Amino acid sequence: MSERSTEQIRELLDSLYRVDSGRILATLIRLLRDFDLAEEAMHEAFAAALSLWPRNGVPGNPRPWLISTARFKAIDTLRRRARFDASQDELVRYLEGQASSAERSNEEDSLEDDRLRLVFTCCHPSLAPEARVALTLREVCGLTTEEIAKAFLTTPRTLAQRIVRAKAKIRDTPIRYEVPTPQELPERLGAVLQVVYLVFNEGYSAAAGAEVTRAELTGEAIRLGRLLTELRPEPEVIGLLALMLLHESRHAARTSPTGELILLENQDRSLWNREQIAEGVALLEKALKSHRFGAYTLQAAIAAVHAEAESLAATDWRQIVALYDRLLRIQPSPVIQLNRAVAIAMCDGPEAGLAHIDALLDHGELADYYLAHSARADMYRRLGRAAEARSSYEKALALTQQEPERQFLQERIRQLK
Amino acid sequence: MPQYMIAGYLPDDFDPSSMTEATISKIHALNEEMDAKGVAKFACGISPASSAKSLRAQPHGKVLVTDGPYLETKEHIGGLLILEAANLDEALAWARKGALPGVGAAEVREIFFRPPPEATEG
Repeated sequence: MSERSTEQIRELLDSLYRVDSGRILATLIRLLRDFDLAEEAMHEAFAAALSLWPRNGVPGNPRPWLISTARFKAIDTLRRRARFDASQDELVRYLEGQASSAERSNEEDSLEDDRLRLVFTCCHPSLAPEARVALTLREVCGLTTEEIAKAFLTTPRTLAQRIVRAKAKIRDTPIRYEVPTPQELPERLGAVLQVVYLVFNEGYSAAAGAEVTRAELTGEAIRLGRLLTELRPEPEVIGLLALMLLHESRHAARTSPTGELILLENQDRSLWNREQIAEGVALLEKALKSHRFGAYTLQAAIAAVHAEAESLAATDWRQIVALYDRLLRIQPSPVIQLNRAVAIAMCDGPEAGLAHIDALLDHGELADYYLAHSARADMYRRLGRAAEARSSYEKALALTQQEPERQFLQERIRQLK
Repeated sequence: MPQYMIAGYLPDDFDPSSMTEATISKIHALNEEMDAKGVAKFACGISPASSAKSLRAQPHGKVLVTDGPYLETKEHIGGLLILEAANLDEALAWARKGALPGVGAAEVREIFFRPPPEATEG
């Protein structure tokens, strides 16, 4: 091995960390049976590499070296704990006895399996949805507790407790660190996709001017989506990635330099990311060809109709309505009905859209959904019914003021007065 | 933000022979063909029927729904933007003035997403 400077080694390790830490952590969690121990051990291994490799040279296979070293570090840690807590002895013996399986675990296949195990474990249905999201962002995406808390408008302390409880639940249930069986897979994969979708939605829906971290969630979700398509290229996995890419493609056009949201009709479409659109469309076609697609793929198809339109006026709104019809058949959500109503208004005028929105709100399901009220307000506005528009806007505003966004909203309104 | 819940996938039988090779431009053909044949069936997406949870009214009349990146409300109408930008009196005064579709719309949008120069901070 050629000698390299500490600086070069540091760069190498940074790059290894960026690329491989997810896989290494996933394997260590399997070997050590403990999230926190695995994380600590991994960091110790990287630190050891930084101090040893300049002297001894970079190993031919850095990843197995790091995993082995981490394992030994973990055993050391547990031995230290065992001095005070005899119950650790058994775990130490178990880990020491694992030497040969640790070697085998360095195969490529097994590493990919470990990543899958980690994702499926973090997204286990018996964890609450917000716990799944937090845990996935922490353990799979490597975000810090602070970053996740900021992204979800909560405090680091609340988020840390949420993650601690989730890990405890995994340990105590116990939730096994396994890839689901083929029978379990459809539902379990659904849970994973839901987490990715929710993470993406948080980033996409981030209010104009919100913390950058929140908007970066879309990037994390897309990275997760890519990982999943590598690991499990099912049609809906592909469809979800397509959906995310197509929405993300408008990012540069969607925000003004001063941070305001630019509405669709005013977006400079030359700023739309054509590579993401091309990739999204290609993935969408792949998902559609399978004949086994579902709601995410249909949402992607709707996004694709927008992506391929040259302008708002040129958008094929009838096609969008038809796709929403299809979507509603498999996912009868009033939120989807609301968005369909907006599309109907684009085809048939605000009166038609209003009729649908009124019916939805009369039904009571969207009574607390601010977007239902602001959509209704927009219909009234277009019809020149200003008093009713005002009343609807006020309802919408009142609803958002109950949310954590309230402070942000009030500050924005203050700034504008 | 609305609360999250799983919106169920309802399973449907799927008839592969009704499908054409679908590209984006052929989504039209897909719909037309399905309409002509009177079928509109898709394979169940991910969740098997047994785990599908359809929307149910919750206590207090609330139904939990899944929020999502739906552009029609969030980006086309831009609900949140309008709320955060609106000085309601001023905005609606504009709305009253320019309420004819396509005539006043541009002016109202202007108010909603670009604050007047004197209000902009450095």
